[in-house]
Parts: sequence; structure tokens; C-alpha cells
Amino acid sequence: MITRSVRIFSRFERFWHWSQMALIATLAFTGFAIHGLHRLVHFDAAVYLHTGAALGLVVLWLFAIFWHLTTGTWRHYLPTSKGLWRIARYYAWGNLRGEPHPYRKAWRRKHNPLQALAYLVLKLFLFPLIWVTGIAYLTYDLWAGAGAGNGTLTLVAVLHTAAAFAIVLFVMLHVYLLTVGGHFLGHVAPMVTGFEEVELTPAEAAYLEESEGGAIRSEGG
Amino acid sequence: MHFRLNPRTVPTESRGPSTADHSRFEELQGPFASGPEVTRACLSCHNEAGHQVMKTLHWTWEYTNPETGQKLGKKTLVNNFCTNARGNEGMCAQCHAGYGWKDESFDFGNADNIDCLVCHDRTGTYYRMPNSRGNDACAIMFDDKGPIDWPAVAQSVGLPGRENCGSCHFYGGGGDGVKHGDLDSSLVHADRSLDVHMDDEGADFACTVCHVSTEHQLAGSRYQMHARDTGGTGRPGLRRGVATCESCHGDAPHPMDSLQGMKLNGHVDRVACQTCHIPAIARGGVATLVDWDWRTAGRLRNGEGYKEHDYIQGNGEERATYKSIKGDFTYTENRAPDYAWFDGQMRYTTIDTHFDPADQPIPINSFSGAPDDPAARIWPFKRVDTFQPYDKGNNTLVYMHLWGDDKDAYWGNYDFGRAIAAGMRSNGKPYSGEYGFIETESWWPITHMVAPAEDALGCGECHAREGRLASLTGFYMPGRGDTPTLDRIGLLALALAALGMAGHVLLRLLVARRRRGS
Repeated sequence: MITRSVRIFSRFERFWHWSQMALIATLAFTGFAIHGLHRLVHFDAAVYLHTGAALGLVVLWLFAIFWHLTTGTWRHYLPTSKGLWRIARYYAWGNLRGEPHPYRKAWRRKHNPLQALAYLVLKLFLFPLIWVTGIAYLTYDLWAGAGAGNGTLTLVAVLHTAAAFAIVLFVMLHVYLLTVGGHFLGHVAPMVTGFEEVELTPAEAAYLEESEGGAIRSEGG
Repeated sequence: MHFRLNPRTVPTESRGPSTADHSRFEELQGPFASGPEVTRACLSCHNEAGHQVMKTLHWTWEYTNPETGQKLGKKTLVNNFCTNARGNEGMCAQCHAGYGWKDESFDFGNADNIDCLVCHDRTGTYYRMPNSRGNDACAIMFDDKGPIDWPAVAQSVGLPGRENCGSCHFYGGGGDGVKHGDLDSSLVHADRSLDVHMDDEGADFACTVCHVSTEHQLAGSRYQMHARDTGGTGRPGLRRGVATCESCHGDAPHPMDSLQGMKLNGHVDRVACQTCHIPAIARGGVATLVDWDWRTAGRLRNGEGYKEHDYIQGNGEERATYKSIKGDFTYTENRAPDYAWFDGQMRYTTIDTHFDPADQPIPINSFSGAPDDPAARIWPFKRVDTFQPYDKGNNTLVYMHLWGDDKDAYWGNYDFGRAIAAGMRSNGKPYSGEYGFIETESWWPITHMVAPAEDALGCGECHAREGRLASLTGFYMPGRGDTPTLDRIGLLALALAALGMAGHVLLRLLVARRRRGS
């Protein structure tokens, strides 16, 4: 095995990540204002921003889903139990003892098993929950007859808000874990530059050098 | 045409040219000695008008609610202002569309008794006086006026202007703006900010533009309102006989070319137009009464009744805050209305209703309506709180004999017991002989003084904690923090996560230090 600096996050993936971050931050800020948790933005402005950001995220997601399917990148999120225990053990106490992170990013597997599982749960449960409830909320006037539907709206609002709390919780953990097992900036950098040190088989290295010239940095470069 | 001070009224613009110039009709040249003589002249051409008017509420003062079966109308009801017109017609029937109703002897079948001019005079000089004499205590209430120029007012007739309807409807409850809060003399010549429809310089609507009529029957009733009108503008060319906003503006009145318009139209099924578009009542410089206390009535100075004027309203005029004949008044101006779910159906506490005094305040009128009631919407109201006499033995409201040139009239003898006994006896109602005071409230739906669109309420007026709709509960509405348990759990989870991370950081630092030390 050799370690080389490889572009593991393509330009689209990085664009997707950061624009999604900005949109989710906007949605959380305006959403909690609409819900009544703070008054840092006017209610009507919050509604327009929230709706606009949600529609923006829908478009982004359509592209992202298409990208995942066509590039095969979706495979990165397949759950695996292999190494899951070691990662969990590391986050529980190994990192306290200064042990090195047990996971080595592979070119075909850029997330560690715990990370992949967390993203999968986020994408399969939390995001769909907030999308379904959010779209139901947005189109409330279309499906709720006058006088009927407020009970359903309450349920929609409760689920939507609960999902929002869960996503904020995820974001907090997500950001915090960037500080664990290395430096924060070191962990953020790959999502900015796209490049990270990855273990490659000689065959992978040879393939990348031969066919994807821009995706691998020359040794020592 | 005002009843107390009778200031000169400048009539509003006529609504387009008529097909007839009434000043050239021989029938209207006079001389006329009285109102009924003018009426006879009117009816000699308008030979159906008399029959029409005699069927209207303006004439009968009687209304039977088809839904509740309750017999309503001024002839019957007890209110929480001067309390009852019944038995006080000599004074109150100044606002009856007829001549001379002062007691039971009034002939409701005689068309000559109809007062055409109060609605159709366009000179602004016509006025009415009480139909009978009151006690001396009330004599000062009426200025000397010159005689009415009957041929001039008869020849001026036209479709009613705001000052015609307003001569009564602006003065309900005993004075300018007292009763409604959204109807007062400032609307005779309104500006745009006071009422976007009645703006003298703008649309300059007469009342009848919305309160459309057929055969002298006017649309729009507060006994039975269209709290939610789903009929929209109706079919092209067919006017709907309703006074609702929707009958002109449709049921999706905001432009659908923006998210804002779509969101606003999404409110139409649950929120009355008036709720957002009438941000405050009594905006025209005329105050409205919100609190009346009859308990303090009857104080005398040197044996005589008196008034105190401790309130100066927006237009600079003084308002009486105490009258010996009526008690204490509290006014308000430019105030946010109260809000309630309203299904359009008013129920009244009538003279025949027995109530439990423990249920104070007793609602003079009440209504239902709920978030899950498709017929109901959130409406603005003006609420009037009053302490007024009631029959302590029978637990009913009472008719008081207020007006009259006799010893039983409260406005003269300042004796509630005697005035109530007389009022109940002459109307055949049982009276225990013992009166007390009870707190009542009346609810007046707000629908006039529609502000221009730019002054309509912003979203955050209601979508906020402690917003305008804070008192309306039992349904989810964004912006109010309506799911407090969820919010507590959510915030607690985030706080615990933050705490956990801080603890983890601390642990990492401690372990790192120990490792360096070892």
C-alpha cells in the first residue's frame, strides 16, 4: 500500500457540500424564527427566505441525487459492519489516549464505517422526514380544507421541528468530530481543496496516474 | 343632521347624474308643513316605495333570526349603552325611519309616517328631533335649529350619501362613534388612510356601494353576518346581494404572482379580511366608548344633574366622561381591536333570558366559532364593558324608563328603582322590585375604516409570541412557539450535546496533560 494525495471530493461534491451547508444554516435560522424560537429576523422575511432556501435545496438535491446515481458515488454510503466496532471504540476512548485514527481513507471508500452509517441515517430518515413535512407545510393551503387540517398541521409542524432539532444536533456533532483525531482545519481542508492523503494499492495509483492525471498529486508534490 | 349639536353637514358627492331632476317636479314645489306631507308627495310617484320600506328593519325595528329563532331588533333588545329603546321611543326613535313614534300608538301601517328625507335628503340641512319631550334634565341637549326648508330638501333628494346613513349609524350608543368604533362622523369626509374606500379624494364610496339594496332592503346585517363568504364575486354581471369584501374582491384577493400573495390568499379561509386590513379602530379623531358604568349615575350638584368633560379626542373635541343621567364613560381611540373566532351567528341575552349573576360578565351578544369550524374566521371586534342595572330577583336584564316628561323617567328623577319598575310594567315584563348592577359585555364586529393595503397588518403582528392573536388558542400557528414541550426537549437535547462536547474537550485536555506529564 502506498499513501498518496488524491482528489477524493470532486468539484461538484464540494460545491454540493458547502452550498448545502449554507442553505441548511439559512433554513435552520429562519425556520426557528418562523416557529417562534427567536425574533432575530422578521416573520415574513423568515418565511420568504425559508421557502426560497428550501426550493434552492430541492434543486441542489435533484442534481446531487443524479450525481450520486450516475457516478456510483452512492456506494460510499453503503453500510458495513466491518471495522465499525473499532471506530466506535476509538471515538469512545482511543482518541483520548492519543491513539491514531484506526481508519485510513480509501479511494473507493472515503468515509469510515461509523461516518457512513451516520450519513446514511441522515439521508434515509432525517432528510426525508424534514422534506416530506416541509413540503406538506408549504402546501398546507392546498390540502387542508377550511377548518379541517389544523390537527394535521400541528403534527406536520411538530415532526418538521423535531427533525430540525435532530439535524442541528447532527451538525453540532459533525463539526465537533472534526476536532477529534487530528486538527480541525486538517479535516476541513479536503472538502475545500478536494485532496486528501489516501492509501492506494499500486494498481489504483497506477490507474489514477495513467487515466485521471489531475486527480492524484505526484509523489512528494 | 346630528341629533345633539346639529352642526352643519357638508353632503358627500352625489353618485352620478340622475335621470330625473326632482327640483322640477310640480309635486315637490310645496308648500309643505311637515315631513308626512313630503312623504305623500314622494309616494305619489314612487308608489311601491312605501310598501317596500315598511318591510325593512329600518321601519319595523324587528328581526327574527331564522337560525336561532330569537326575536331581535331595536324594538326588543337590551344593549349595554342606554340599555333599551323600548319604552323610550320618544328619544330613541329619532333614528327610526319614520315620523312620530313616541309610544305604542304609533301606526306602523301608515306609509305617510315614513321619513324618506332622512335617507334621501342631499342638502345636508335636514335634521330630526326627539318625538316627545323629555324632562328638563335633557332640555339642554338640543340646540335651537331653524325650521326645515321642506321644498328645498324635498327637491334635493338623491341616493343616500354617507352623511345620510351616518346621521344615525355614526351616532349609535348615544353619541358620535360611541357604539361601533369603526363608524363615526369622521367617515363623512374620510381621507385615504382612514378608509381607502370612502376617501373623499379617492373612491368616495357611499355606504350603499357595499350595502347594496333591492326594494329598500339593504345587504349587511350584524345579527347574521357572512363571517366567511365563499361566493366570491359571483357570476359576471350578476350582483350578489351581500355586503362582503369578497363580493367585490373575490375569495383570492391578493395577487398570486408572488409567494407573499399566495401566502396571504392562504389566510382567506381562516382570517377575515378585516382582521389585517383594519389595524386599529376609531382612527378618525373621534373616540369610541369601551366602558360604561351606570353605577355612578345620579350624582347631583345643587340638586341638578351635571357633566364632566375629561377627555379630548383626536379632532380636538371634548367628550363627556361623566353624565349624571348615564354614569361614567371610558373612551379609546386608534386602538387594536379584540379578535375572536366568529361564525356570523349572533345570540343575544334578551329581556326574557334568565342568567346566573355568577357568570358575569353577561354577554349581551355572543357567538360561536372555532378553528375547526369551516364557517368561522378570525374577526376583529370592539368590546364594550358595562355595569348596568338588572333585576336582582329574577336575574334578567331590565327595560328602564329613561325618557319622558314624567315623574317615572330616570332622566329627571335619577331613581333607578322607579325607572325600572315603570319600564318593566309598561312593557308587560315581570319585575321582582329589587335591582342591582351587573357587568355585561357586548361585541361589535369591525368592518369599516379599512386602511390602505400598505397599512395592513404585517405578518409579525400576529405571528409572534404575545402577538395580536395570543388569546386565541387551541390551534397551531407559526411564530407563537405553539409547541412548548417539543421546544423544551429540542433545546435541552442541543444543550446536553453542547455540554457533552465541552466535557469531552475537558477530558481530552486532562488526558493529554497527564500523558505529557508521564
